Amino acid sequence: MRQDARTPWFFLGPNLVIFGVFTFLPIVINLYYAFTGGVQLYPRDRPYVGFENLATLLDCGSYFDPSSCRKDIFWRAVWNTARFSVFQVSLMVLFSLGTALVLNRKIIGRGFWRGVYFYPVLLSPVVVALIWKWVLQREGLLNAGMVAAGANPVLWLAEPGWAFFWVIFVSIWAHMGFYTLILLAGLQAIPADLYEAAQMDRASPWRTLYRITLPLLLPNLLVVLVLAAIRAVQIFDEVFVLTGGGPGSATTFVVQFIYQTGFQEQVRLYGLAAAGSLLLALALVVLTLIQLRATRADKAGERAR
Amino acid sequence: MRTTTARSIAGLTFIVLASAAQAADLRVQCYSDGNECEVTGDLAKRFEAENPGTKVIIDKVPYKAVVEQLPVQLAAGEGPDIARVTDLGGLSKYYLDLAPLLPAARAKAWQDNFASSLAWFRSGAADRGIYGLMSQLTVTGAFVNKTLFEQAKVAMPGPTATWDDWMEAARKVAVATKTPFAMAMDRSGHRFAPLAVAYGAKIFDANGVPVIDAGYQTAARKFVDWHKAGLMPKEVWGGVGGSQYRDAFEEFANGRVVVYYSGSWQIKRMDTQVTKAFDWAVAPAPCGPSGCTAMPGGAAFVAFKHTKVPAEAAKFLDFLSRDDNYKELMARTENIPASLSVAKAGVTYNVSANAKAALNSFVADVPKIAKANYDLQGYRFNRAVFLPTAQRLGQAVAGEMSADDALKRLAADVDEQVKAASK
Repeated sequence: MRQDARTPWFFLGPNLVIFGVFTFLPIVINLYYAFTGGVQLYPRDRPYVGFENLATLLDCGSYFDPSSCRKDIFWRAVWNTARFSVFQVSLMVLFSLGTALVLNRKIIGRGFWRGVYFYPVLLSPVVVALIWKWVLQREGLLNAGMVAAGANPVLWLAEPGWAFFWVIFVSIWAHMGFYTLILLAGLQAIPADLYEAAQMDRASPWRTLYRITLPLLLPNLLVVLVLAAIRAVQIFDEVFVLTGGGPGSATTFVVQFIYQTGFQEQVRLYGLAAAGSLLLALALVVLTLIQLRATRADKAGERAR
Repeated sequence: MRTTTARSIAGLTFIVLASAAQAADLRVQCYSDGNECEVTGDLAKRFEAENPGTKVIIDKVPYKAVVEQLPVQLAAGEGPDIARVTDLGGLSKYYLDLAPLLPAARAKAWQDNFASSLAWFRSGAADRGIYGLMSQLTVTGAFVNKTLFEQAKVAMPGPTATWDDWMEAARKVAVATKTPFAMAMDRSGHRFAPLAVAYGAKIFDANGVPVIDAGYQTAARKFVDWHKAGLMPKEVWGGVGGSQYRDAFEEFANGRVVVYYSGSWQIKRMDTQVTKAFDWAVAPAPCGPSGCTAMPGGAAFVAFKHTKVPAEAAKFLDFLSRDDNYKELMARTENIPASLSVAKAGVTYNVSANAKAALNSFVADVPKIAKANYDLQGYRFNRAVFLPTAQRLGQAVAGEMSADDALKRLAADVDEQVKAASK
């Protein structure tokens, strides 16, 4: 009996150690760094500064005007991240849903098309960014095509508006396959007899979509929405390689600010970077709570039905 | 018979163990602008032959690893025994002082031959240590597309021409030859510094603290205006974010700019990649109201305190510094020597006439370098000036903020970083 009680720990132990060392310990260390200052790497050498790092980041005339903030780049990054998350997530969900609906139909070469949409998910974010950089740079493929067609080349990555657009586009292109797959699984789980009944009732395709498909796909849509939102808030790698956060700070996001402050500058302000991480973690916790609440509400709705 | 065999095995084991105890692995982290690591590797093989028992392992890494990862490794007490670095003053607290490890005559040779660059590695005026060997002394300067000047029938400005003169001449050439831009400059605060000093920047106040003074501001406004006027390509300084480095070599090599401000380390690339396309030359250091100047710089091999083989590390660096070896290093990598004795004896470069003329032009600029530029290069936290300069002027060039706002932010960034570093 006693041995049985130990068995789960035997299997969980190694994983717990890995999580402890590589996830929970860094969280504790990050907390410590956020409340210490200076440029020293070793915790024991760092002076305690209380809330100074957080106060520096939050020191703003108006949070809606980054130029009034002491750390203007941080607030530009915050607003860029917010804008990116709203556009990227909503468009990602929309396109993933559309693609999943099409790929769920009996179309020619369905397996091939499913592969095509999932293929970018297999690529490393750096490879994705490099491919698109070759396409979008001044002498890239897109401009070559435009010049051949008699149009003027456009600085896709050097104009703030275009750069932001392409960052969203590339991110959707790279990750859409994953979310499409989740939605496709959800669509295939909807009983076919419901559609047959709708057909017998001569329900229009739109009515079928609104009355059957979307309500039954809601749990999957919620998962997609929350996963995409969390991923959007953490955006870094692809954008860093594609635009480097530019032009100016047009595509600088919060994680890049943290990386730049903690690792890229000569004077590495680890405390400030750690404080930025704390604020980012706070945003992620809020998103996760929303997910939990939405999932609970959904389950409660199911029970009520 | 059995006894003899046992003795032989014991003897062999002793020899193997003894040689293993003597063997020392020396890890050298090296980034390359051209073929520096390969030439260092060749010299290392010769060093190994002279010093049996010491093995030199050259780890070739990208420049980014030296700039971003090495400082973190060093702060954690880790890292290679020797590295090729460019942040000469910033990493000074990790350097191994070679002076006590060198024979007196060799220490004197270092002091005599590398007098001008040894100070760049030191932590302060009182520090007299020997810390690093300049593997590449660089000087910034302007590369000119001579073919475009000839096609436009515009005379190249003379040795006392100002930045404005060069910009005006390059603009005329660009218009005449339908070249998109007159001038481009690498996205780097280091490259911006000569322009600032030429227009009166002192860089440091009376207490030796870096300041964004009136001269720096004049140059910055001029620089942003040139971009706004379409004379310089927006995508170099404005196209990337943060303080990231971006060179404009491709723009020059593709004939998209008439004049390219970079430095002597580009000669090899120019020679191999540009010479076939068009004629190019290096212009004398552009001038301003405060004089004609350039920015010194370069990369150096340094040994670190944490090394377990300090004697071998010192021996290897001393080996590289020997006139014959250093001369070979300079000749094969096409770099300007930092050693006075080698410079005096002359280096025979096996390069084209174009590259030779370019090297001579850069060498001729060395005496013109202003004190402020030397001081900035030797300043421990020079990147606390360089990096925010790239970031803030980049924002102004991208149109995100005015030049005045960018300068205010730049002054605040420099001040904050210098204060944080001294905590």
